[in-house]
Amino acid sequence: MKYLPNIIFLVALAVGIGYFTLNIRKLIRNIKLGREIEELGDKKERWGNVVRIALGQSKMVVRPVAGIMHIIVYVGFVIINLEVLEIIIDGLFGTHRVFASLGPVYDLLIASFEILALLVIVAVVVFWIRRNVQRLRRFMNPEMKGWPKNDANYILYFEVVLMTLFLTMNATDHQLQHLGSAHYTQAGMFPVSSYLLPVFSDMSEQSLILVERTAWWLHIIGILIFLNYLYFSKHLHIILAFPNVFFGKVVPKGKFKNLESVTKEVKLMMDPNADPFAAPAEGTEVPAKFGASDVMDLSRIQLLNAYTCTECGRCTSECPANQTGKKLSPRKIMMDTRDRLEEIGKNINKNGEFKDDGKQLLDDYITREELWACTTCNACVEACPVSIDPLSIIMDMRQYLVMEKSAAPNELNISMTNIENNGAPWPYNQMDRLNWKNEL
Amino acid sequence: MSESIKVPTMAEYMAQGKQPEVLFWVGCAGSFDDRAKKISKAFVKLLHNAKVDFAVLGTEESCTGDPAKRAGNEFLFQMQAMMNIQVLNGYEIKKIVTACPHCFNTLKNEYPELGGNYEVMHHTQFLKSLLNEGRLKVAGGKFKGKRITFHDPCYLGRANNEYEAPRELLEKLEVELVEMKRCKSRGLCCGAGGAQMFKEPEKGDKDINIERTEEAIETQPEVIAAGCPFCNTMLTDGVKAKEKETEVAVMDIAEMIANAEDL
Ligand code: HEM
Ligand code: SF4
Ligand code: SF4
Repeated sequence: MKYLPNIIFLVALAVGIGYFTLNIRKLIRNIKLGREIEELGDKKERWGNVVRIALGQSKMVVRPVAGIMHIIVYVGFVIINLEVLEIIIDGLFGTHRVFASLGPVYDLLIASFEILALLVIVAVVVFWIRRNVQRLRRFMNPEMKGWPKNDANYILYFEVVLMTLFLTMNATDHQLQHLGSAHYTQAGMFPVSSYLLPVFSDMSEQSLILVERTAWWLHIIGILIFLNYLYFSKHLHIILAFPNVFFGKVVPKGKFKNLESVTKEVKLMMDPNADPFAAPAEGTEVPAKFGASDVMDLSRIQLLNAYTCTECGRCTSECPANQTGKKLSPRKIMMDTRDRLEEIGKNINKNGEFKDDGKQLLDDYITREELWACTTCNACVEACPVSIDPLSIIMDMRQYLVMEKSAAPNELNISMTNIENNGAPWPYNQMDRLNWKNEL
Repeated sequence: MSESIKVPTMAEYMAQGKQPEVLFWVGCAGSFDDRAKKISKAFVKLLHNAKVDFAVLGTEESCTGDPAKRAGNEFLFQMQAMMNIQVLNGYEIKKIVTACPHCFNTLKNEYPELGGNYEVMHHTQFLKSLLNEGRLKVAGGKFKGKRITFHDPCYLGRANNEYEAPRELLEKLEVELVEMKRCKSRGLCCGAGGAQMFKEPEKGDKDINIERTEEAIETQPEVIAAGCPFCNTMLTDGVKAKEKETEVAVMDIAEMIANAEDL
């Protein structure tokens, strides 16, 4: 029975990490439903972006308040998690504060964790106020109703609870050290939790140990629950932001990709030597579908984008269409893509493979009205702090509408016909192109 | 003096066995749209003045395919691109300048993979290089000390990271440049891009060009400077809708430079 806590800990850890791994594997499987990634080119710039944009948070600070608060939460989280390493070793081997032998370094570490924990609580409270009291406009768009709104708040509550448990654990530990309780090594420096000492000063050693152990267990179990919550939340970004920034666009934003399948056909049409009646060469694939009507037609990078989106709405708040009351919201494009991908993932979980459910991303999630409102201005791409490209999805879906369904708005069809017939979007004669020089 | 301005075509140059320093890609708006034609003319005057040996394709020029591509018609885009590339490569074109950021972007970024490799410059970049080489003189003239705001074209700014060339030219015009709240990388679109120019906007509270024009007017400028024929049209319409056309002019930077010197 002596090892019961160790065994419970091991089981909790295994279940927590196991379930998380299972979900991450589903996530990877779902992303792989997308088209394969074309070559990435020189990786140097990509790693540079990871350092600057993800690690360095360079785009977050464009909005200084949110940016600085986020840096606190982010740095706090990463550093405080060093403590989790100790907790895991203690839990598995029944030690207590195993790193205490580091002496003054340990004191410094614990002290900095505590200060960061306090800062994280402050930052999270600011985040909460911005969402629930100030009600910043970018958190209030229609796509943020229901789960997305609750999700955002749950994360904040969770952070506060975890930080409070961490500080409670330290405060009671500290008090037990004062009492000279066995097992509680003299270690650590507690600049924040010291202020909590009065709360615990009248407690018996017994109750202190109870509180300390409870806080310790709840803290680590809380972390494991949080880890598993990620998959169901926009908070997945704390992991995916890094690979997503790596895969972000590194060519000029104005450069849209040229469809290779179209190039082949056009070259054939323009080649005077090509025999139009020749049988297709052996091994030629079935002509690819043009553009995207569902998530499987999108690239793996676009699907990774969808899972990474933090729902921060910076894209939407810079979007000229959205700012002037159109239905288009680039954030919604990303959320819809993710939701549809998840729906397909669940379908596969249930049926072993995807069974047609009579739905698709186009129309059932993203309407044509949204797609046609985009000016391709790249404001959303520029604004996204995690290098997501909502515009590329809009473009792929337009391609499907136009090339597979001939479903462009009528005025556009007229312009296209003009371009085809007389080389300009207006009905002027190409032979008149240089007439302006006579007006010089 | 305007009699002497010639706009030679590549076909004429070819016949004489000559190669120009640069090809002026006029674009559809610059060729046909009444407002944009004025920009082409002003730019040609500046080229002439700086003694730039240039030519145009004339009737051999065709839409770059930009609006087709952004509307989702990749097929039509690539047809246009391939045809243009055949013509450009046939003339062994090395360097292109254009006053349209959409043509600029497409020629520069999307043609190379299809076999069209050229050095492509926006006219503000080209004018800046003429200035640096001492071939073009830009001085305050009429615009000295006037309040001017500059509207960043999406396909020059965000799409290709060029924010400085137009501003440097304005500086040389000795204007008082006042920036809008949303400028440079956070500049608001005029509403024309992505083939929106050729269709009615979707339902909303407001047209994008009105939103942008209001923001420009808030800076109380005498001129809203533009660097794109489509932005120019959108903002001109906006100024008209706000009934401000007697107080605020919308002008391309090339027009301003040409105007400052009364060319
Ligand atoms: C690894 C640890 C990280 C933690 C613990 C973390 C935590 C958080 C939290 C708590 C929020 C919610 C803020 C709110 O309610 O508004 C948030 C939002 C966000 N995070 Fe992170 N994050 C992490 C990493 C990153 C990284 C690497 C990036 C990449 C730049 C990033 C980008 C964002 C963005 C864009 C938002 C939306 C915030 C806004 O502008 O409103 N995060 N993060
Ligand atoms: S590119 Fe389209 S979706 Fe993105 S900000 Fe511009 S108009 Fe909005
Ligand atoms: S796409 Fe980027 S900017 Fe838009 S909501 Fe998602 S994370 Fe924020």
